[in-house]
Amino acid sequence: MRVSYNWLKEYVDLTDITPQELAERMTRSGIEVDAIESRNTGVSNVVVGYVKEREQHPDADRLSVCKVDVGNGEDLQIVCGAKNVAAGQKVPIAMIGAVLPGDFKIKKSKLRGVESQGMICSAKELGLNDKLLAKDQQEGIMVLPEDAEIGMDAVSYLGMDDYVLELGLTPNRADAMSMIGVAYEVAAILGREVIFPEMNVVENGEANPVRVTIEAKDHCYQYAGRHFTNVKIGSSPQWLKNRLMAANVRPINNVVDVTNYVMLELGLPLHAFDASQVVDKEIIVRLAQEGEKITTLDDQERTLDDQTLLITDKTKGVAIAGIMGGANSEVTDETTEIILEAAYFTQQTVRRSARKTGIRSEAGTRWEKGVDQARVKLACDRAALLIQQLSGATVSVGVADDTVQVKQPLAIDITLEKINEHLGTSIDAATVTAIYTRLQFQVEEKGAGAWTITVPTRRGDITLVEDLIEEVARLYGYDNIPITLPFGETTPGRLQPEQLLRRIVRHHLIGLGLNETVSYALLHPERMENFDSMIDANLKRISLIMPLSEEHSVLRTNLIASLVETATYNKNRQNHDLGFFELGNVFLTEEDQLTKLPEQRLYLGGLIAGQWVPQNWTGAKQPADFFLTKGVVESVLDRIGLKATELTYQPTQTRKGMHPGRTADVLVGGNVVGFIGQIHPQQEKAYDLDETYVFQFDLSKLFSHAKDFNDYKPLPKFPAITRDFALVVDRSLPVAALEEIIRRESGDLLESVTLFDVYTGERIDAAKKSVAFSMVYRHPEHTLQDEEVQAVTTRVVEALKEAGAELRS
Amino acid sequence: MNVQQRLTQMKQDALAALAQVNDAQALQDLRVKYLGKKGELTEILRGMGGLSAEERPVVGQLVNEVRAAVEEAIGAKQEEFEQAELTAKLASQSVDVTLPGRPLKSGTMHPLSRIIEEMEDIFIGLGYEVAEGPEVELDQYNFEMLNLPKDHPARDMQDSFYITEEILLRTHTSPVQARTMLAKEGKTPVKIICPGKVYRRDDDDATHSHQFTQIEGLVVGKGIKMSDLKGTLLTFAKQMFGPEQQIRLRPSFFPFTEPSTEVDIQCILCHGNGCRVCKQTGWIEILGGGMVHPRVLEMAGYNPQEVSGFAFGVGVERIAMLKYGVEDIRNFYTNDVRFLRQFNRT
Repeated sequence: MRVSYNWLKEYVDLTDITPQELAERMTRSGIEVDAIESRNTGVSNVVVGYVKEREQHPDADRLSVCKVDVGNGEDLQIVCGAKNVAAGQKVPIAMIGAVLPGDFKIKKSKLRGVESQGMICSAKELGLNDKLLAKDQQEGIMVLPEDAEIGMDAVSYLGMDDYVLELGLTPNRADAMSMIGVAYEVAAILGREVIFPEMNVVENGEANPVRVTIEAKDHCYQYAGRHFTNVKIGSSPQWLKNRLMAANVRPINNVVDVTNYVMLELGLPLHAFDASQVVDKEIIVRLAQEGEKITTLDDQERTLDDQTLLITDKTKGVAIAGIMGGANSEVTDETTEIILEAAYFTQQTVRRSARKTGIRSEAGTRWEKGVDQARVKLACDRAALLIQQLSGATVSVGVADDTVQVKQPLAIDITLEKINEHLGTSIDAATVTAIYTRLQFQVEEKGAGAWTITVPTRRGDITLVEDLIEEVARLYGYDNIPITLPFGETTPGRLQPEQLLRRIVRHHLIGLGLNETVSYALLHPERMENFDSMIDANLKRISLIMPLSEEHSVLRTNLIASLVETATYNKNRQNHDLGFFELGNVFLTEEDQLTKLPEQRLYLGGLIAGQWVPQNWTGAKQPADFFLTKGVVESVLDRIGLKATELTYQPTQTRKGMHPGRTADVLVGGNVVGFIGQIHPQQEKAYDLDETYVFQFDLSKLFSHAKDFNDYKPLPKFPAITRDFALVVDRSLPVAALEEIIRRESGDLLESVTLFDVYTGERIDAAKKSVAFSMVYRHPEHTLQDEEVQAVTTRVVEALKEAGAELRS
Repeated sequence: MNVQQRLTQMKQDALAALAQVNDAQALQDLRVKYLGKKGELTEILRGMGGLSAEERPVVGQLVNEVRAAVEEAIGAKQEEFEQAELTAKLASQSVDVTLPGRPLKSGTMHPLSRIIEEMEDIFIGLGYEVAEGPEVELDQYNFEMLNLPKDHPARDMQDSFYITEEILLRTHTSPVQARTMLAKEGKTPVKIICPGKVYRRDDDDATHSHQFTQIEGLVVGKGIKMSDLKGTLLTFAKQMFGPEQQIRLRPSFFPFTEPSTEVDIQCILCHGNGCRVCKQTGWIEILGGGMVHPRVLEMAGYNPQEVSGFAFGVGVERIAMLKYGVEDIRNFYTNDVRFLRQFNRT
């Protein structure tokens, strides 16, 4: 809503209140002023002039030399390049010394040898928005109406000595979508009166011949029609145009302008029909038939459904209620007889029609937010008065009115105690009464500190006692509410166990040197499915009905796709050495069309590429590889209490987008909880990446295996004995199998086993590898004897030999 | 020369020789010469058998004195040599301390996580629990239970990503309010904050993001007042932005609170003096909140005649942009390591 400060002054006394102060006070009491705009964008010393004579420039075909009266007794000679300049016009004259927008200073000059003592201005040169100008003022110099007084300051004549307050209205404050509504608010803030505009129209014609019937009684509560004859369509006076333009409404003609003006003034959208096109002057308000067609004012043929409210005569639709008039009954320059509609359509009905037709307008917006039925009669009369004044029309006697129901004001009981309890204040009863009185709510005292408040229908947002409390709070001032903290039962603040584990994982990975990322959950379907590692083939893609772009159109089922894109983004910016992790939800469903919420699972994903150890003087290097990645994973799993012995790494060839020889599923207790591996070289190429390693875990699965710290053991009292084995085995034999044998055969005496060497090369058979383990044996209750260890290691060696291992000396 | 004289002479000779020694080998040779098994002192001791009973203790004592003197001199020399050797060794071991250390990595927390953890910790300190909910949400929880029925005009404020007619990506973290209250089955007090991702149909630019992060706060109990909300938010603002921080409440509208408020903090760039960032007002909006709407309480199984509550919602990106001076919201989601690595301090 755009509010002209000068216009507002007609409805409430703004003495001593600058536009800036007004904006501040409105904002602090609930209606936010987004911007204060000066209507004058830098014009000074421009006056209304009268073109007495116009002659052709002697040396230039396109220039005119004009003699202009600017009301100071001396005629000015001005050279003008506009085609439309003519003797007898009133026009804006930028005098010598004038300034136009863009800091354009007017000086005495010669044009093709002829002196020019100023400039005749176009509307655009004055900084007026030409999209809002009436058609006759858009081209060439701006021709002003007859009534413009010669010598008068054009800034004031064109309403440019004004400010517009741009209100950022919240959806509840539909009441402030009119000048009078804003006046009520401002009057309440300032404690001043609301001044109503003149409404008394003198009915000087015949009896009103219009008949109105509402058939769709659920959609239209009231329809009032006024009738006018002897209408003379013409241009509106400048003051009216100025006000419309301040509100960003384009002037059309006097009748249409009045309907718009009264809509802005009183908040009720109006419509004018050419009465000669309404058969028998009979208005019927009904729902359209399915498929019924109407051509609207914008010359679009529209096909309606049976829920669209239509204004009709006996034979045809003449307007889509609340949305737009029909072309068939449009007010034109030839129109002499009109029917003026003032009605109350329901919010939902117009909202639905607006959505269906896609027509957005000032009127539609008001209907959708809700208008006040009490304004129907006021608006009808106010518009009649203005039409009479501006077009010389004769107003027929009476209003054709069909009223189905009338919205009644709401009475709400409230107590002082309730107000103060809710706000934490100690406001007194007199203050409360004063606030409601200033709002012009009806206050009925029901004993000490108890009232019945009757809320006018214009404030449809107030339906509950809490709404009334807010009115007190905002006018009393939020600044005056005290500062306290909740009192009562104390509660222990805490993280849930899973939230704590998530933090531990996050902090641990950061400690290891990875950077945390956050990426979008909406992805491109193909790029997401490149790494769709969904184990269950039944899982389905979840797509938005109406995405903004394909780029962000499906919900992620994995974190790898985002991590890989992040890697590409970085590599394209010369960031080659990368270590990322992300904690984020993925969304899984087996349904083609969701009937219930998808499963939301918290995943951990990670990515490592380039050099892990940055280039440095020691020469130490650590390029990203499978085992570095696995080391990171083992470290974080260890941190949440998952021992290496509980984990199984199983090679897999089926993970989508992954290297078939360098990828492993990670299992706990026989269940897959995640995987680690290298991105498939083809995908690395597609994403323009070098060797890139990733991991991904389902944290809800992992966390169910996490352990609290509760396995403390006293320090050992007896020494340990260490034994090393070097074994030669087939290259293809997994080391985990050997370790498994060592553990199994060693029994309880084994404290730890560590793989400390793996060798392949010249010194042994090409099909073999050498691996070396170091075992630590210890007995909890006595010092181990060599013989005891010997017995164990003999068993171990036997079992290893059976598995094909050969013991090296 | 009698034995006493020999001993005295030997002592003099030994000490004189030791004074001249300047390498470890010569010192060792002298030790052998005087104190060794075949050394001069041993030789004298061996000859002690020939002495009278009167002479023996006297000579014995003298032998001990000589031995002690020679041993002490040798010890002093030895220490001198070891010290010199150590000094030489240390000199040879010196390093260029200006060389950089071996590179050990340390990663960084995402700025949005930093703000979330910081806020969680502030509110945990005030006795709140952390609650979470689904990002894909039912229309019922996202809108209807928050007093936004299907044709409510305020639904225009948050154009949404729908998956079906009834399922959408949540547009705010407020549905967690409804879910938490329902789960508590009318029990009080409820004191939660709910961090999480939310989604709106906005084109991405420097100040808009189709995905962003919110933290919702909710307190429901007997006698909860609007002044409690004010005090809570002031406490939060001071902890987040510094002890001098002030807040300002402006009336506003949200369908799920009544009265509603928008909350400003003093501009952290100009400290309230007015600048480009705060549009010369000295204040910057950081969150919205209010008293929980009675219909929201009712729908969640609480009697608004008996209990009341307050709720607020904070945009995490907004806080991060203000606190760290980040100029483009997209930076949080493109994850350029040069951006991420800047958040490596406490």
